[in-house]
Amino acid sequence: MIQQPGASGLIFNESLVWEKSRKGRCAMSLPKPDVEKSPLDADLIGDAPNLPELSELDVVRHYTRLSQWNFGVDSGMYPLGSCTMKYNPKTNEVQAGRQGFAGAHPLAGDEFSQGALALMYQLEQSLARITGFQAVTLQPAAGAHGELCGMLMIHAFHAKNGRQRAKIIIPDTAHGTNPASATLCGYESVNIKSGPEGILDPQTVAAVMDEDTAGIMVTNPNTLGLFESNIKEIADIVHAKGGLVYGDGANMNAIMGIVKPGEIGIDVLHLNLHKTFSTPHGGGGPGSGPVAVGKTLEPFLPVPRVVKELDTYRFITDRPDSIGRIHTFYGHFGIMVRAYAYILSMGAKGLTDASRLAVLNANYIKESLKGTLNLPYDRPSMHECVFNDEFQKEYHITTMDMAKRLLDYGFHPPTVYFPLVVEGAFMVEPTETESKEDIDQFIRAVKSIAQEAKDNPEQLKKAPRLTKVTRLDEVLAARKPCLRG
Amino acid sequence: MRYLPHTRDDIDSMLKVTGHASLDDLFNCIPDHLKTKQGIDIPEGLSEWELNTHMEALASQNIACKTYTCFIGAGSYDHYIPAIIPYLISRSEFMTAYTPYQPEVSQGTLQGIYEFQTMVTELLGMDVATASHYDCGTALAEACLIALRKGGANRKIAVSSLVHPSHRQIIQTYIHPAGYEMVEIPYTKEGLTDAAALEKMEGIAGIAVQSPNVFGNIENLKAFKTAADAKNSLFIVSFTEALAYGLLKNPGSFGADLVAGEGQSLGIAKSFGGPGLGLLAGTQKQMRNLPGRLIGKTKDANGADGFVLTLATREQHIRREKASSNICSNNGLNAMTAAMYLATVGKTGIREIAQQNHDKAVYLKKCLTASGFEPILDSPFFNEFVMKAPQSFAEKRKHLIQNNCIFAGLDLEPYYPELKGHYLFCATETVSKKDMDHLAKEVKS
Repeated sequence: MIQQPGASGLIFNESLVWEKSRKGRCAMSLPKPDVEKSPLDADLIGDAPNLPELSELDVVRHYTRLSQWNFGVDSGMYPLGSCTMKYNPKTNEVQAGRQGFAGAHPLAGDEFSQGALALMYQLEQSLARITGFQAVTLQPAAGAHGELCGMLMIHAFHAKNGRQRAKIIIPDTAHGTNPASATLCGYESVNIKSGPEGILDPQTVAAVMDEDTAGIMVTNPNTLGLFESNIKEIADIVHAKGGLVYGDGANMNAIMGIVKPGEIGIDVLHLNLHKTFSTPHGGGGPGSGPVAVGKTLEPFLPVPRVVKELDTYRFITDRPDSIGRIHTFYGHFGIMVRAYAYILSMGAKGLTDASRLAVLNANYIKESLKGTLNLPYDRPSMHECVFNDEFQKEYHITTMDMAKRLLDYGFHPPTVYFPLVVEGAFMVEPTETESKEDIDQFIRAVKSIAQEAKDNPEQLKKAPRLTKVTRLDEVLAARKPCLRG
Repeated sequence: MRYLPHTRDDIDSMLKVTGHASLDDLFNCIPDHLKTKQGIDIPEGLSEWELNTHMEALASQNIACKTYTCFIGAGSYDHYIPAIIPYLISRSEFMTAYTPYQPEVSQGTLQGIYEFQTMVTELLGMDVATASHYDCGTALAEACLIALRKGGANRKIAVSSLVHPSHRQIIQTYIHPAGYEMVEIPYTKEGLTDAAALEKMEGIAGIAVQSPNVFGNIENLKAFKTAADAKNSLFIVSFTEALAYGLLKNPGSFGADLVAGEGQSLGIAKSFGGPGLGLLAGTQKQMRNLPGRLIGKTKDANGADGFVLTLATREQHIRREKASSNICSNNGLNAMTAAMYLATVGKTGIREIAQQNHDKAVYLKKCLTASGFEPILDSPFFNEFVMKAPQSFAEKRKHLIQNNCIFAGLDLEPYYPELKGHYLFCATETVSKKDMDHLAKEVKS
């Protein structure tokens, strides 16, 4: 029998950082003051913040131990649906760490920042070519920030046309950030259901689309991992009534080189550099959420914009229809460097292959597990597939139990209980960087867990057992919030 | 391609299982008319060493590729980053993890961010801090939205004209679609926000003041708290230089309801302005209005302490259109960096660094005054200050950058057209007396 990756080993306990503090320690040596001390007025000065006092080794050991309680892509397979947890190439870190990039001051002036501007310009061009759009802004700091940016542009477009609209159509398969982003623009969400095959029916859109509706937000491929094959008809319906189509490109990893969203009726699309373009998720960020637009929305892009004149790059802010600024400087430049390095490394063929293999991996898992777990929408998958716990109900085993048991096997669980259209969803996105052997091991683990659900359900209820802590009481955390020590 | 593990045999045997004849067939579910007719028009992939050459060529076109002396701040500061910080934050368990949705295998991130939240509340004197925001500008815009949503008929936010210009622009972008209005509070000839101007302002849901302000001056926050109370509006404090609060009285001690700040100074590279670190904190009363993730302490099934994402009912994945914000990914890894930095410098270190920043800035101001610069908009400051430069300075400044890699101040005229010939200077612990004497000699008219 081939071993599963999960094993127990020595895990260190580690106290809270301030519990290690001893008065008089400091982990940083400062140069001796070389100028005279100039005390501020006493009434301006406060008490020194009560930070821990540690030696350098105290700090190193503290964070090393903490890191060992975490699971990352480098630790093992992380098939978290909708998050595209692909390998984060190490060379990208080297590129972002170059002194000329990491040390660059944002206000050094265009003349002295030509390398940074050139990189931003070239990345914008590459993303425009990958997505089939006219122009790209790199300013949004994350996917949801990109959504907000896109929705602000739709809002500005309608304002410019003289009549603001009140509503926006959002399908039930949308990411939760979609309605929240629309609300920030003052739009009321009109929620519609996807059809029995898991995709949108143009008639459903036609029934609610009117001249008081700003447009529709569509994720394609959607969160069931299915391609919205009626997208063109839907876009025509929305455009006929003067609305615009927002594309959530979080799932772009499925279609690079296959479909260009700019060619199929979508007016504005955000990308997640921390998903499709391999930049690390960092335990929750920083990400980057560039937004691509066609001609219609180009005048509304946020400022500053990078432009190229002959061989010189500069920022311009004089754009009367722009939605304005959404980041203090130019967005997450350090993340842009990593994504640019990735695109250069992959090239056109590499990116297309990445999408093809991501889709192959997902379909392989879907076919291999569909007798083991229930598959509510048995249709050709794109880059992810969504199962649920229907088959395990008779043993009183839930998706959560199976997810927790997967931890003991050494895998990060898939996304659970999302999308909301599938009760007890178990959403698997392997990405293209997982090998057949690793995927086979994952499949065996899930099958073994499904068997345990029948034979030894208690083992699942008690899972995980090999982790630093076992299941945590989230109700207690919310009922009596303790947010600081 | 080295990131793609599939061999030809792997592909063939996997296609057999999926029932497709080729990789292209996997996309049969997409109607042909929706598929692109051309591939992606970008060059072939580069090997790692070709990539290195290409990227180094670009990086070398930034003046930052050389060692330069930085006398500009204005929201991005040159501070010393101890070697252990990049070393520790590069641990892939931190870097390659996602948001801690599975707490049993995310205790490292969770405890680290819980400690971050705690240290931020200590630094700012507030009850609650979030797990981070994108940057100060977006955190401040969210704080303004909190005030406006609670403001009822009061639909205006009063923002100091000495809040960072970019931050004011972001606020405008964020509040405009909902029909809210931003009014700017003028500044005085002492380079401080004019609290008296607030008296005439009506319909104000919140007052936002930056301290140290964009001129580097320390605001009299007490006066704004009084004004906010008189108007029954929320008091919001922002800052771009987090190290100032190693020395200054914190916003909490002046009764701030919400605090939005930039944490880039806490061990994070300038990186051409991002990613930085948005700090957002509030009083206990504001806890449920705060946008973004919060980490809380709890117990596991065996009674051991542990940490989880909590109060998620404020957030978009549960509340959807009724969420307090749309923020999902934040700047978590930079929050962890800041926590490492704060643990490294500690209580005595932060005080000493802050004091050194102030001392150097005072010395620089003296030097420049002696070289013919005029102190103006003059008030107690932290590590930045404004000076009116002699006529010949603009040319000299350019020359200094090109020939000596010295960034001598930021021209304020693009941001404040009335301040022609005025420059914002910054001195941090990274500049030496020698650097400052050199600058003074070079610019002497």
